[in-house]
Amino acid sequence: MLRVPHVTNYLSEHFADDAFGTLAGYERYGGYKAARQAITGMAPSEVVALVKESGLQGRGGAGFLAGLKWSFMPAETDKPKYLVCNADESEPGSFKDRILLERAPHLLLEGILIGAWATGASKTFLYIRGEYAFPAAQLERAIAEAYDKGYLGKRVMRSGFSHDVVLHRGAGAYICGEETGLLESLEGKKGQPRKKPPFPAQYGAFGMPSTVNNVETFCHVPHIVAKGSDWFRAFGTEKSPGTTIFGVSGHAVRLGLYELPLGTPLEEIVYRHAGGVPEGRRVKGVIPGGVSMPILPADQLDVPMANEFLRERKTMLGTGGIMVMDDTTCMVRAACVITYFFRDESCGQCTQCREGTGWLNKIVNRIERGAGVPEDLDVLIDVAGKMEGQTICAFADAAAWPVQGLLRHFRADFEQHVHERKCPFPESFQL
Amino acid sequence: MISSATRARIDAEIAKYPVKRGALLPALHHVHAELGYVSHESAAAIADIFDLRPVEVMEVVSFYNMFFDTPQPRHHVRVCTNLPCSLRGARTLLAQIESHLGIEAGQASSDGRIGLGHEECLGACAYAPMMRVNDRYHEDLDVEKAKRILDSLE
Repeated sequence: MLRVPHVTNYLSEHFADDAFGTLAGYERYGGYKAARQAITGMAPSEVVALVKESGLQGRGGAGFLAGLKWSFMPAETDKPKYLVCNADESEPGSFKDRILLERAPHLLLEGILIGAWATGASKTFLYIRGEYAFPAAQLERAIAEAYDKGYLGKRVMRSGFSHDVVLHRGAGAYICGEETGLLESLEGKKGQPRKKPPFPAQYGAFGMPSTVNNVETFCHVPHIVAKGSDWFRAFGTEKSPGTTIFGVSGHAVRLGLYELPLGTPLEEIVYRHAGGVPEGRRVKGVIPGGVSMPILPADQLDVPMANEFLRERKTMLGTGGIMVMDDTTCMVRAACVITYFFRDESCGQCTQCREGTGWLNKIVNRIERGAGVPEDLDVLIDVAGKMEGQTICAFADAAAWPVQGLLRHFRADFEQHVHERKCPFPESFQL
Repeated sequence: MISSATRARIDAEIAKYPVKRGALLPALHHVHAELGYVSHESAAAIADIFDLRPVEVMEVVSFYNMFFDTPQPRHHVRVCTNLPCSLRGARTLLAQIESHLGIEAGQASSDGRIGLGHEECLGACAYAPMMRVNDRYHEDLDVEKAKRILDSLE
């Protein structure tokens, strides 16, 4: 079980109490009141409007407005509608959904229930990555408790509304975190993303209207219903309201999770909360939101952690997985690890991605070995540029961006390898 | 072959989905729980249940890291080597485990006890380096701790 966040807020304030993970414990803290309020006292359209007003952005990486996404679900349709919870957390550097699954399964189920009421979904498929065996066991137990109590199944809370939750385990493939790759995988196929349009709201799971939301996104919903959109908007920035659970990994002193308002300056998280890097070292660069998001150099950590500010620095919030690298770090080695990952995980559908991820990896490996030539740097930029925006899904972009970021801010590291014909960072982490 | 108990579990999974094939991944998990891999015979049996051709089943098996088409060692040991773990010495730990077991990543011990490999991010980034032994995570590892865990595996 993951340790309680160093800084907690409304999502994580009761995580230190193990009972919060049980139905009885969750209800002692007021759990399921918001779902009851929504199902028995609000029209579905009112719930959608409330979540829209709150400005809640999806917490899975893309930051799309959750209420707007819900409003895309067709109101008048003969087809069954489905909700899909994306618990396929696999973005390197991200582990915030894991703690929500482990310590707050009922908060997630309550958010799902409210989302299902709002969108008219009869069933939720909760897709969890195959490696998350312990979180899956926690969820399985919580789902059984919710059924026993009449919070799931037929006539939820004695209303006319029925809802089922199906826990579905993945089997190890990063691409299944992409929403249409996930849908394909859910249907028992290879997790290869679909062309869009049609979008899931028209043609989703099993061809039915569907909405896919991330674990954390659902977890904010009961709080918004219970306390209102103005309360929610008091956290974070105007465009990016609410808190999020940041994960800090790498070379920082106090690693772990921190629930903080969106818009918290990156330097405040890295230095004040996470204690910076060990004495005698300096921060060299920080990846702000999982390996897909371009790195920022040490002199740009004043940026507030919200997409409207991060975009100005050519990066994004992603999943809020913050990776801190100290001044021993060889950025070419970082590129080797990152590009290997994307080469390994490309689903192989699109040429630009299937071939491009391999080329990027080969070239950075060559540079690290001291066998690079000066033109390699331009080839990297060229290949990355040709992968971006050319493929069925955003995986190729996610593979191109970190290479572009490393070259934007640490080109000197790459050039030094080429000139000296060896890695000039002997103290760096091992490959 | 698929035992009647596994068959019953698969039927229970099928009932949860609007389309039968939705239960294919759950079914393959059940086959792995019983046999450790998907044999030709079990692929044929699964294909039969799901109205698929065996090749369509194997196509799915080969796509996912947690599915196998050959008999597997008793324990899967997977060291995470993605960036957050690598920054904290995961590759050094993997090399030390390799020399302790006398095998390289990608190989299995000759007694069929341990299959060693490296894996992509497992969501334990603040507690690196770490490894997965079958369904269990072992976090905040050093070489001594890792050796003790490995030596205790039956």
